[in-house]
Amino acid sequence: MLEDLRELYQEVILDHSRSPRNFRRLDDPTGDAEGHNPLCGDIVHVFLAVSPDNVIQDIAFQAKGCAISIASASMMTELAKGKTVEEFSKIFELFHDMCTGDGQVDVGGDQPGADVVDHLRVLSGVRGFPMRVKCATLSWHTMKAALAGKGRATTEEGEV
Amino acid sequence: MVSLVASQRDPRSDDHFDAEIVRKDFPILSRRVHGRPLVYLDNAASCQKPRCVIDAMTLAYETAYANVHRGVHALSEEATAGFENARRKVATFINAESADEIVFVRGATEAINLVASSYGRMLRAGDEVVLSYLEHHSNIVPWQMLRDATGIVLKVVPVDDDGGFLFDEYERLLSDRTKVVAITHVSNALGTVTRIGGIVERAHAHGAVVLVDGCQAVPHMVVDVQSLNADFYVFSSHKLYGPTGIGVLYGKKDILQSMPPYQGGGEMIHAVSFERTTYKDSPHRFEAGTPAIVEAVGLGTAIDYVRSIGLGDINAHEKRLLDYATERLGAIPGLRIFGPAGEKAAIISFTMDFAHPHDVATILDRTGVAIRAGHHCAQPLMNRLGLSATARASFAAYNSFADVDALVDGIGMVREVFG
Repeated sequence: MLEDLRELYQEVILDHSRSPRNFRRLDDPTGDAEGHNPLCGDIVHVFLAVSPDNVIQDIAFQAKGCAISIASASMMTELAKGKTVEEFSKIFELFHDMCTGDGQVDVGGDQPGADVVDHLRVLSGVRGFPMRVKCATLSWHTMKAALAGKGRATTEEGEV
Repeated sequence: MVSLVASQRDPRSDDHFDAEIVRKDFPILSRRVHGRPLVYLDNAASCQKPRCVIDAMTLAYETAYANVHRGVHALSEEATAGFENARRKVATFINAESADEIVFVRGATEAINLVASSYGRMLRAGDEVVLSYLEHHSNIVPWQMLRDATGIVLKVVPVDDDGGFLFDEYERLLSDRTKVVAITHVSNALGTVTRIGGIVERAHAHGAVVLVDGCQAVPHMVVDVQSLNADFYVFSSHKLYGPTGIGVLYGKKDILQSMPPYQGGGEMIHAVSFERTTYKDSPHRFEAGTPAIVEAVGLGTAIDYVRSIGLGDINAHEKRLLDYATERLGAIPGLRIFGPAGEKAAIISFTMDFAHPHDVATILDRTGVAIRAGHHCAQPLMNRLGLSATARASFAAYNSFADVDALVDGIGMVREVFG
């Protein structure tokens, strides 16, 4: 039992949930979006500063939610910062597959680096907890909405 | 982890009530979850079903099933008798004056929508409907929809910092513009019990009718609609050990009789032509279409079951569980219980300073303990209390002191993971 729970609540998750990185507002974002999970009331607000050449120069978030949702948002901001929008999209797809698939990820070829995959693998512990997948994906969908210039995201839309 | 052998009486339980015996009536309670014995503490969301209810529904399907109220054949007669017999059981259970005052609906949500739609059609712009901060979304949204359609005004009775109903504030909101007061009997999120008798008396003094949301009351305490003098009283079967898909709208006969139909269709008409349709009297006027026939039989059996145990004994047992749980949870550092200390149903809503309610619920689940985490469909109340979510343990007749111990042990596991 405790092993199952440790798979979800790994030390990295607990650390990020206790001390979330980039937990602030951006005063003058190039994009932002608010994400809601109407089932549980979780809220996350993602702020972006994307340069004209599509590099995510800064990213920040504010949120109310469980350890999984806070940690996922925090880790996402670390993964996204400095990446191009296109690179982030690839990470998003990988994250999506890991959270919903069988957890097997091909790290070769043009995939993002092993450090990214390690980060994502920690988050993908939610696979064993189907009711919690949306906790982990809320901030990611909100990020996507912010990049797309949509101000809102909810867990009731999209496929995750 | 503490567990009781079924034959071993818990010394803390009452002399003539044994939850371990009640528990045996519920097949699902013998299953395991994540390899652990199931401890089901999400009864305010939905209760488990006793064997007798499951059997009665199977028997109805196997021996006495057909559509009701129209066939002249034997099966239809028997199904109709079973369906109408269930209506009489409901009437007796809540002490309605007659079975004609019992309308079968899909659940409490539909009952409130029915009243908001039908009785609401007799309201005018500027008329006022009084709700409270304790309401479930199902006793808020239908009235908002009515407001947006007709221009009625919603007034909301505030609660104190513990979630207690502020009766003085309620009285202040009443006026001759008040037409409907719609208040919960017991808060699903906190367990707060409202003083329905006094609420009704004050509303009637202003000429308003009162709808009581009795979902969380009916399974736990004796409800007498005549003594409460409520005009409408609604509840769902599935929180009363009965099946899903059926619920009850009680309405005083003359009031139901004055109301236009809710949905149109078969079952609810006298005669139909393209020029004109005449409607049946209530309750059938409000039961368009084929009803939940076997579910009604199941509900009737659930009522028989509850009466065979005795609501007085159930209430006393749950009160002891609540006191025990309050004492044990209250002793856990960093755990905060919400809800007024006074009269309270067997619901404990709590937060922990080192773990979010969802994380608490996930960890408890892995120990076999099922609780609810979230806003409990009562977001205005949560916002009022400055919360986004709580963890909620809610008790039923089959819960034991050992279940409370399992809850406390599970919270120990939360500390182990997060500590």
